[in-house]
Amino acid sequence: MSVLVDKHTKVLTQGITGKTGQFHTKACLEYGTQVVAGVTPGKEGESFEGIPIFNTVAAAKAETGATVSVIYVPAPFAADAIMEAVDAELDLVVCITEGIPVCDMAKVSEFMQGRETCLIGPNCPGIITPDACKIGIMPGNIHKHGRIGVVSRSGTLTYEAVDQITRSGLGQSTCIGIGGDPIIGTTHLDALALFQADSETDAVVMIGEIGGESEEEAADFIQTYMDKPVVAFIAGATAPPGRRMGHAGAIISGGHGTAKGKMDYLSSCGVRVVSSLTHIGEAVKEIVS
Amino acid sequence: MKLHEYQAKQLFRDYEISVPLGQVALSIDDVARAYTDVGVSDVVVKAQVHAGGRGKAGGIQKVTSADEATAFAQKLLGSRLVTHQTTAEGQPINAVYLEAASDIECEYYLALLLDRKFSKLCIMFSTEGGMDIEEVAEKTPDALLKFYIPFSPTVPAYVSRRIATLIGKTHEKPLRELLSKLAKLYIERDVSLLEINPLVQTTEGDLIPLDGKIELDDNAAYRQKDIEVDSSQDNPHEVEAAEIGISYIHLDGSIGCMVNGAGLAMATMDLIKLHGGDPANFLDVGGGASAEQIKQSFWLILKDKRVKSVLVNIFGGIMRCDIIAQGIIEATQSLKPDVPIIVRLAGTNVEKGKEMLDNSGLQLISASTLDEAAQLAVEKGAS
Repeated sequence: MSVLVDKHTKVLTQGITGKTGQFHTKACLEYGTQVVAGVTPGKEGESFEGIPIFNTVAAAKAETGATVSVIYVPAPFAADAIMEAVDAELDLVVCITEGIPVCDMAKVSEFMQGRETCLIGPNCPGIITPDACKIGIMPGNIHKHGRIGVVSRSGTLTYEAVDQITRSGLGQSTCIGIGGDPIIGTTHLDALALFQADSETDAVVMIGEIGGESEEEAADFIQTYMDKPVVAFIAGATAPPGRRMGHAGAIISGGHGTAKGKMDYLSSCGVRVVSSLTHIGEAVKEIVS
Repeated sequence: MKLHEYQAKQLFRDYEISVPLGQVALSIDDVARAYTDVGVSDVVVKAQVHAGGRGKAGGIQKVTSADEATAFAQKLLGSRLVTHQTTAEGQPINAVYLEAASDIECEYYLALLLDRKFSKLCIMFSTEGGMDIEEVAEKTPDALLKFYIPFSPTVPAYVSRRIATLIGKTHEKPLRELLSKLAKLYIERDVSLLEINPLVQTTEGDLIPLDGKIELDDNAAYRQKDIEVDSSQDNPHEVEAAEIGISYIHLDGSIGCMVNGAGLAMATMDLIKLHGGDPANFLDVGGGASAEQIKQSFWLILKDKRVKSVLVNIFGGIMRCDIIAQGIIEATQSLKPDVPIIVRLAGTNVEKGKEMLDNSGLQLISASTLDEAAQLAVEKGAS
């Protein structure tokens, strides 16, 4: 068993009639993902690439048995789309949309309390279990089925790490892009807990960046609960304080959330920290051999 | 998006929060009018810049006549204010705020911000007002109260009750009203940081914000269009970048960077540093790295005359490396850069992309590995 998604996972796309939604739904279909439904309010009865479109997530779920949703709807409407999917009691909601206002996500976060649905993102590349199920915008071809779990706050930086792992001869069990926003669903810690419990994952690569304290929380978890080795990389050692580095959540504020602080803390908790982006692949190879 | 103090004060007024009488003047001719409109004799003239530490830097002065106000404003307007929070260049002063002077009994600190760990609204209060809050947090952490509350305009009553135990029972009710109004403002106007330092207790016993610092959530700009942001406070390269939709941050080094994706862009800057160089900028061309985005990014980077070499690091995923190489070639042909361009491509169709760069006949150095690329960029950038 991989983490969260596998070849049996049935996926619905929210925002399937938009340009981004269409492009990536097609790419996911080609990868072999079972995309069984689309949702765009007002377009029920239409179809895309043979996939039926519904007005609501609830109807799409009832008709097709989809358990996972991926969201590409524009930022002003994305928080509402997440809440609709959560209300329909899907198992997993993956929100790709970038630029959702923080106040909207704070409402989503409160809305989700006590509910079973798991949220990945927003502002993330998605989740992939190589050769089984790709949900999101990552390039499928750089991935290879294997036993390394990957969790990351960044998109292309994850692809870089995945590429290095693949080139080193290893592969990935599941890769989870948790997103670069200040308020996200699944955190580093949540993902690590899933990988620790997964019998098909031997080691984990965790990619973090400046801002917040999710890497520190993850470090505490690793030290206390994990027996699988973890390699970590933190981006933003040269980022000036007080500046948002592209991602809404990547900011050093009040002296907190520096790359050095995170790297030192992770090291002190027994995590193998690599300071250079180019050394991720070889560090993984070393710890699993 | 940062706002000026006078804009923050206007937002406070919009939410029926009492602030001292005040008028903004955007030109020297307007200062006497502003002084008269404030309507009292003792007025404080304050430079409007996006930075703290204005008082110590000479940006704030008490005056007692329109002439005095004009004389001080004359010194400020059109000049730059250097404070401990600005660069050595300082921030341009294009506005002054004239405000009725307050008789201050005590100074407190109050802030509302997002707590990322719990996804809550965090209210911070300290009796050590006027000080740098980071200093308070470090030296007297016990003087700093923190409350984590739901994102709602109704602030739980215990918050003001607890703060009142420090500053006096008479303040409990006014404080409760103030906090609820601020929380409403925070949520409705998509604020990401609201800081009142100091919040003062006047000799009459009122609690009023003497300063106001507000930052808005960039992602919510589309629904807060009535608030104008003074872009003269930002680096001109960054303003231009924002206008063409590229994420760019001006830094101190000499090696220009063009990368797709924010995380990879940060990691590439870090790699340049590890190889002994200093990045001139952070630049994310966007995950897709289209030909148009690449061209505009080159244009931005090359405009910066401190740049001695450019490192292009693009991971081609869905957007294939051969398409990206084409974009780089076209941009180089049209912009004719006079500094070395080092390109590292990776991902889908990388061999084809690299071959196109090598055969382009242009001054493009294509590197096989990222380490090699970073090293070359640092070497070329130093000479």
